[in-house]
Amino acid sequence: MAADPLSRVFAALSDPLRRDMVARLASGDATVLELARPYEVTVQAVSKHLKVLEEAGLVSRSREAQRRPVHLEAEVFDLMTTWIERYRREAEERYRRLDDVLSSMPDEEGEQQ
Amino acid sequence: MTTARTRETQIEVDQEVPLVRMTREFDAPPEKVFRAHVDPDLFARWAGPRSLSTRIDGWDCRTGGSYRFVQTRGDDEFGFRGTFHEVRPNELIVQTFTFEGMPDGVALEKLVFEDLGDGRTRLTGTSLVDSFADRDAFVVSGMETGAIEGYEKLDEVLATL
Repeated sequence: MAADPLSRVFAALSDPLRRDMVARLASGDATVLELARPYEVTVQAVSKHLKVLEEAGLVSRSREAQRRPVHLEAEVFDLMTTWIERYRREAEERYRRLDDVLSSMPDEEGEQQ
Repeated sequence: MTTARTRETQIEVDQEVPLVRMTREFDAPPEKVFRAHVDPDLFARWAGPRSLSTRIDGWDCRTGGSYRFVQTRGDDEFGFRGTFHEVRPNELIVQTFTFEGMPDGVALEKLVFEDLGDGRTRLTGTSLVDSFADRDAFVVSGMETGAIEGYEKLDEVLATL
């Protein structure tokens, strides 16, 4: 496991089941049992996945409450969506330059405006 | 010349495979959009972040050909290379794409030019890499903004947990 935080986040999200858990936690906190329910894996396996998410800083678990619900650290997760949006915006800027290039290109022979 | 409103670029980050899909419509027929991709002079005018200038170093845009271009900002140079696997006029370009700073990483890119009629085109581009970690690094490493900023921000957030 890579040591830097960014790699940890990406490695944590590289597993489809963990990504699914994160997506579900986005709509509210859940206990380990609740999280495990839809999957055909053991509660122990889900706990292991949670540990990976926890170590990456993506989720936290309350130490106080008896049910110890799992909470999504939305800020870290938002960073991911921010990066995706930034990537999209860069593509959009590039394509706007392509728009300009296209409108400056002469029409082909016989092409109608 | 009427200007239809061009829809903004859509992005889709696949959950099952390490792939990014971008969709964008253009107010130009497929022939033109295709030409802006295969003509090196036209390509250099729009490719890459605004803050970098693009120099074409080699360009043989046909099935089995290859390319290399360099983007510069001050003294910084970023080289990119790949091969054109399939070039089908006005319809399809399949190519590989490698950032020379990470020579082991390669993306398989597919560009589909779809004729929407009325002189408009839908361009769908997919980039497939061989791991989710690489795909995510690819998304984060927008050179214009720099991954460094991302690291710093993440460190700050993680420090508050």
